[in-house]
Amino acid sequence: MLTPEELTEIQAELARYEQKRGGCIEALKTVQRHRGWISDETLAELADFLEMTPAELGSVSTFYNLLFRKPVGRHVILVCTSVSCWVMGMGDLLEHIEKKLGINLGETTADGRFTLLPNVCLGACDRAPVLMIDSDLYGDPDVKTIDEILAGYV
Amino acid sequence: MDHPLTANIRPGEGPPDIEAYGKAGGYRALQKVLKEADPKGLIQTVMDSHLRGRGGAGFPTGRKWSFVPPGDRAAHPVYFIINADEMEPGTFKDRLLLEGNPHLLIEGTIIGAYAIQADIAYIFLRQEYTLAKRSCSRAIARAYERGYLGKNILGSGYSLELYLHTSAGRYICGEETALLNALEGRRAIPRAKPPFPPVTGLWGKPTIVNNVETICNVPIIVEHGADRFRELSRSVDGGTKLYGVSGRVKRPGLWELPMGATIREILEEHAGGMRDGFKLRGIIPGGASTDFLAADQLDVKMDFDSVAAAGSRLGTGTMIILDDRTCPVGMVLNLIRFFARESCGWCTPCREGLPWLARILEAIENGEGRPRDLDILRRHTGLLAPGHTFCALAPGAVEPLQSALTLFEEDFNRHIRENRCPWRK
Ligand SMILES: Cc1cc2nc3c(=O)[nH]c(=O)nc-3n(C[C@H](O)[C@H](O)[C@H](O)COP(=O)(O)O)c2cc1C
Ligand code: SF4
Ligand code: FES
Repeated sequence: MLTPEELTEIQAELARYEQKRGGCIEALKTVQRHRGWISDETLAELADFLEMTPAELGSVSTFYNLLFRKPVGRHVILVCTSVSCWVMGMGDLLEHIEKKLGINLGETTADGRFTLLPNVCLGACDRAPVLMIDSDLYGDPDVKTIDEILAGYV
Repeated sequence: MDHPLTANIRPGEGPPDIEAYGKAGGYRALQKVLKEADPKGLIQTVMDSHLRGRGGAGFPTGRKWSFVPPGDRAAHPVYFIINADEMEPGTFKDRLLLEGNPHLLIEGTIIGAYAIQADIAYIFLRQEYTLAKRSCSRAIARAYERGYLGKNILGSGYSLELYLHTSAGRYICGEETALLNALEGRRAIPRAKPPFPPVTGLWGKPTIVNNVETICNVPIIVEHGADRFRELSRSVDGGTKLYGVSGRVKRPGLWELPMGATIREILEEHAGGMRDGFKLRGIIPGGASTDFLAADQLDVKMDFDSVAAAGSRLGTGTMIILDDRTCPVGMVLNLIRFFARESCGWCTPCREGLPWLARILEAIENGEGRPRDLDILRRHTGLLAPGHTFCALAPGAVEPLQSALTLFEEDFNRHIRENRCPWRK
């Protein structure tokens, strides 16, 4: 069931669009903010509320890479795999992170702490290589600082 | 007034609040526009300023605005949209403006919206710009409190609502018609054109989409006049430009310079030249979907016409540097992989062609390339050319590839001849 809190937030968003479905991405993001990810059940309820079919809303939800249709870890790491970061050595940094966490890109640690995802250019190429953890941006961390940074997310 | 876009930006200090922005002359241009009450004259001023779009395509801004059917002939609501989706690899200029001085963008948005008599405006912001989200939402709230937004703005009779929409990822959302579909709560697939958005845009209504940097120039034009704005430039395009450099240079960064500054000036004076031990091999002048320029093309002026004459595009004006210790084939592979992953999948040449290119480049990079692979790569640069696809993603994707095949031909050949990447240890 969508909670009253979620419904209030979604209603507020819908007012900003000419048609109800315009707010569906914000609505999906709202439930994801509360639940971490968007399950089939949640999607169906939300579709009902937005007067869309589950198939329609599902097709929207699978298009956007930051909408999660599978459970993710408590913290999501977005690794920039675009060109400036590649030139500046993201390859080695990523390898270190993968080894450290014991997972590959696209996977979640067994303890549910981190999900590691590739991302397009994070728009901070002058600080390359760049990654984001949740809503925090980190530019050019070396192997030692990245270990300390990761330790800060429990 | 050499740096009108960045004069009030203090990196590390947070953006000026509405009082500080006002003290520095902010929202004066808006008051002027509302007092003059001449949307047509305003569009003419922007045309006279020679402002061209900073989102990549360089379309003249005033001309774009003039395509919106005027007055009662337009179906309302009319929409004005700021493209703050900045995801072009190598591009980090709009971030500075969004985080550093949101009121400049908001003032420009209100003025632009007024020019086309829009009823509703959106800032379409990529989700990962979390700091920008905070700075923009706060600034929008303050602008409403001061009566710069909402009903009957400053008693002028003109009303405008401005909403911040944060997106949910995908590079293709930056393509303006894909952006419209995203705002309608659909998959962000570009639309067939024509009809063009100024006539049939969001929800079928007249819509203008402009880049963040483009619109930040608008209050400057209004305040100082079209003539003064043109004088800021060293080229036929008006104004200044945010130029950026990333890669193995001494000081990667972003600088506001007269439009038409040379690559040499940007690279050597501002970015400090190459890092010790690295040599310049090539320059991607304006984000991932522009052709490589050669290391000896440093005197090319970074304005739309000059970069085009040199064989590439100004694009977003943020350069990516290829150094001699980085494999050009590997770099092109990274670019093509990016475009293959970000293809929306609507048209066959892009959906099927880009992954094919990525596989071939991967084979060459892994030492498994064959001589005829280069012909296949070359043929594709034609197959994915403008006119064969619904949007500019695929044609943009093959720009760095086609130029790399010429500029770095010997490097491609060497990979195939030696069955290995010479840069790999
Ligand atoms: C694949 C693709 C991605 C784009 N991404 C952006 C973007 O992130 N930001 C942007 O301003 N323009 C982007 N554009 C260009 C827009 O389609 C459009 O031309 C631009 O927003 C118009 O604004 P301007 O006239 O002020 O430059 C993109 C174009 C394509 C084909
Ligand atoms: S060129 Fe690619 S991204 Fe553009 S519409 Fe076609 S498939 Fe989609
Ligand atoms: S390429 Fe990584 S932040 Fe731009």
